[in-house]
Formats: sequence, structure tokens, C-alpha cells
Amino acid sequence: MPETIDQIFVIVKHWLLGYVPAEVQPLFSALLSVVPILVVFPLLFAITTLLERKGLGRIQNRYGPNRTGPYGLLQPIADAVKSLTKEDVVPHTADEVVHFLAPLLLVSAALLGYAVLPVGRNMIVANLNAGVLFFFAVGSLVELAVFMAGWSSRNKYSLLGAMRAIAQMISYEVPLVLASIVVIMAAGSLSTVAIVKAQAGYAGIWPHWFVFTPWGFAGFVLFMIAATVESNRSPFDLPEGESEIIAGYYIEYSGFKFALFFLGEYLGMFATSGMAITLFLGGWAAPFSFLTWVPSYFWFFSKLLVLIAGFIWVRGTLPRLRMDQLMNFAWRFMLPMALLNIFIAGVWHFMPAGLSRWLVCIILVAAPCILLSRGLKKEKKLQVRTYRFAE
Amino acid sequence: MTVAFLILAALTTAGMAAAMGLRNLVHCVLALTLGFAGLAALYLQLGAQFVGFTQILVYVGAVAILAVFAIMMTQSAGSMTRPVFSSAWLTGSLVAGSVFAVLAWAICSSAASRKMLPPEPQATVHQIGDALMHRFVLPLEIIGLLLTVALIGAVVLAMHGKRETQ
Repeated sequence: MPETIDQIFVIVKHWLLGYVPAEVQPLFSALLSVVPILVVFPLLFAITTLLERKGLGRIQNRYGPNRTGPYGLLQPIADAVKSLTKEDVVPHTADEVVHFLAPLLLVSAALLGYAVLPVGRNMIVANLNAGVLFFFAVGSLVELAVFMAGWSSRNKYSLLGAMRAIAQMISYEVPLVLASIVVIMAAGSLSTVAIVKAQAGYAGIWPHWFVFTPWGFAGFVLFMIAATVESNRSPFDLPEGESEIIAGYYIEYSGFKFALFFLGEYLGMFATSGMAITLFLGGWAAPFSFLTWVPSYFWFFSKLLVLIAGFIWVRGTLPRLRMDQLMNFAWRFMLPMALLNIFIAGVWHFMPAGLSRWLVCIILVAAPCILLSRGLKKEKKLQVRTYRFAE
Repeated sequence: MTVAFLILAALTTAGMAAAMGLRNLVHCVLALTLGFAGLAALYLQLGAQFVGFTQILVYVGAVAILAVFAIMMTQSAGSMTRPVFSSAWLTGSLVAGSVFAVLAWAICSSAASRKMLPPEPQATVHQIGDALMHRFVLPLEIIGLLLTVALIGAVVLAMHGKRETQ
């Protein structure tokens, strides 16, 4: 019975495919795999906009939206109606074709990444041999869409925002990929299904997830920081912060195209969180061995919601980083840490299992992290800030 | 010559031709990116997954962004004032056509085109990794050295620029 609930969607899909003639079965199979993704993740986006506004409100000691419907639950519908009925303003000198195509490319690139995420046991759209490589390749299409949006608006603030956003995204793409290389090394495969399978199994009641190893934990932290940057989220939202550059590269977009940018950004955030779950948090595996009767897709979406809550928490807590602070952080701290992490994963692999390998790897992770951050802070000669007020 | 190949080939050729023929520089770069994506799709259609995805990651994700940065930094993307096609287009096309004819004749009458095609190899990522680490390890190390030298050179250039402005 638990296996039936676990595989209910796969069973329903095969049952529906039986009603279709054999020639169109591949097409229908593809449709039946893709349409649930197109339904579930934008729905999750709608719920997340509400959760984020309520969560940020509570962090800032106020209620979030609470007028539309009980506890503000109909707010996403109100937002959708507003963005659909707004006038679509395109600047007179803007490049209309590129201006139109930019949000489309962004949303398409964000949606393509979901093809390699294993949402449950046997529930993946495309089990590619080089799944992780496909995910990062598709993520690099987003930067092109950002450039198209920024350039075609013929607005110098838009261009400035696009330049900053692209510089930020390509700088942090390197630690993102390097942090995932440790997992690929440990699992021995680029296929996401094989990576999830390598994290199955329990030692007693504790799971074998990669996040519970020193190199896995460091890799997870690096990956999540880089994921926050890749989706231009606070504290890295300088290209789109409202008090900085008034929405940056999507200044000149209104109505539905703005909603598409918003959607694309959040879909990218969910996809990268999904990849972090697959690489580090064991995918659809249950956290304890006595909980394996709960369906696998339930665990995937619970972990996704926990990570989204983490994103909202960080957004409400940390101040925005300046552009040079952001770049320094990427190239001087995260890149050396990611490279060291690869070395530490190698050390972990070749040492025999036991307490000594834990101690050595923990020291190898913690010492460079502390020393590097101290060293980088010292060269800035930071002092306590003193204020001078007018008399 | 399947339908998929014909469509992808048409897309790639159209993209590359547009990259040469359009007036607006940004449109040319975007058409070039479309051509790169078409090439990646052709690789995928041939079954080379690793090369196809690496083509997107490197060409669309890095080379196109480099071209885009160059445009943004220099702001030279106004429309061209002189016509795109030169006045000597007839002579140029005749020369290009004859070079193509000579090359095609040379390739079709060579011995390599008459060999039997070997069975399609399974180029999985595992095999590519094996080959890189065993048979091609020396070229891999040399390329790594070359890339490191290029990176250090870029950092040195940027640092020199910073010293001068300070």
C-alpha cells in the first residue's frame, strides 16, 4: 500500500498511456510528464509570493497582506489579475523584438532546468546521462535573457542593472559548478538519478546524505550562497533593488511581462533549490529510516519548502551587498573555498572510514574558512564606525 | 536526412547568415547565439550528449556573454551607416563558389570518404572521462596549464590597470 501511494503518479500515467494508440505514445508520454511540472511549479510560485510577503512582514514586525481573503490567502489571485490587466507599455525607442523575447527566454530557460530533477522515486522527466551538466548549461541561458532585457529597453539604468546582474551571475557560476563537482566525484556519475541513489541507505537511523559529511556541508553552504546570487535574491539583489536602481534591467517592463520576469526568477530559485536537494540533501529520500513509508514526492517538496523558508529568512535578515563586496566575496573567498573543498573530498575518499577522517576533514574545512575570512577582513582595515553630528 | 536534421540545419544556417547580414550589432550577436544553439541541437541529435551540453555551456554561456560584454563596454551598437553588402558581391560569390567546388571535389574523391562507416560508438560521459584520464592525460594537463597562464595574465593586466588609475 505505501508503494502504491508512492508510485501513484507513475501508475496513473501508465494507465492513461494505455488508452492512446502506439504511434502517439511517445508524444503523450512526454506531455504527461511535462504538464504536471508546468502546473505544480507555477502554483508553488504563487504560494511562495504569499508566504514571502507574510514571512517578511512578520520578520519586520508587521502583518503581511491580510485584506484579500482570510489571512491574505487570495493575494496571489489579486496579483495575477493586476498584472494581467495592466497596460503593456513599451518605450518608443526600444528594440521591440528583443524586448518581447527577453522574458520568454528567461521563463523557458528556467523551466528547462526542471527536466532533470528527480521529484520522486521513478518520477523524472528526462533521465539524462549528463543531467547535472544539462542543468548548468540551461542556467547559463538566463544571463543572455538578462542582457536582452537590459539592452533592448534603451535606458541607461536598465543597461547598468543588466551589466551588474550579468557580472554577478557569471562570477558566481564558478563556485556553483565547483561546489557541485564534489558531489559528482563522490557519486561517480553526472546523472541526477544516480546521485540520489548514491545517497540512499541508512547507517542505523541516520541517512547517508552528502550534507552530513564535512565536504558535503561546505559544498552545500557554497551552493546555497551561489544559488541565492544566481536568482538575484537578497542580499545579492543589487541589480534589482528598488532603492538602488529601481528594478534594474526590468524597469521598462510592465504588466504581464514583469510578472513573467518575476515568475522566471522564482522558478530559477526553485530549480536551483531542487538541484541542491538532489545533490546534497538526498533527493526524495526520507530523513530517518523509520519514515520511508511516507511517499517520496512528499519528502522532496518538504525539503524544497524548507529551503524556500531559508531563502525568505535570509532575505529579511541580511542587508544588501555592494557590488565590489559581492565580487570580492566571489573571487577571493568562495572560489578558493570551493577548490579546497574538492581537495578535501579527495582526502575523505582515500582515508579509511573512522573518527580520524572526520577530524582531519573538519579541520581542513574550518581552518581555511576562518583564516581566509580573517585575512580578507584585516586587509580592509575595518574599524568601529564613529559618527560626527552637526552641532 | 531526417526531418529533425533538416529543421536544425535550416535554423543554424539561418542564424549564422543573419549574424553576418543584419544591421544592428546586438541583433547579430543574438543571431550568432541562435546559431550556436542550433549546433548544440545538432550534436544532441547525433547522440553526443556531453558535447552538446558543453557547447551550450561554453558557447552560449561564455562566448556569447563575452561578445555581449564587449558591446556593452564599448557602446558601439548603433546601426551601420554603410550598406552591409559590399559592391564587389558578384566577384566574391564567384570566388567562394569555386573554392567550395574545389574542396568538395577533393573530399568526395579522396580515400577517406570511401571507407565503411564504423558502428556508432557509445560516447558516454564515463568513457570520455576514461579517455581524458588515461590516453589524453598529457593534452589535458597542458590545456590546464595554458588556462592557468591565461587567468594569471588577465589578473595581472587588471591589476596594472588598477595601479595606473590609483
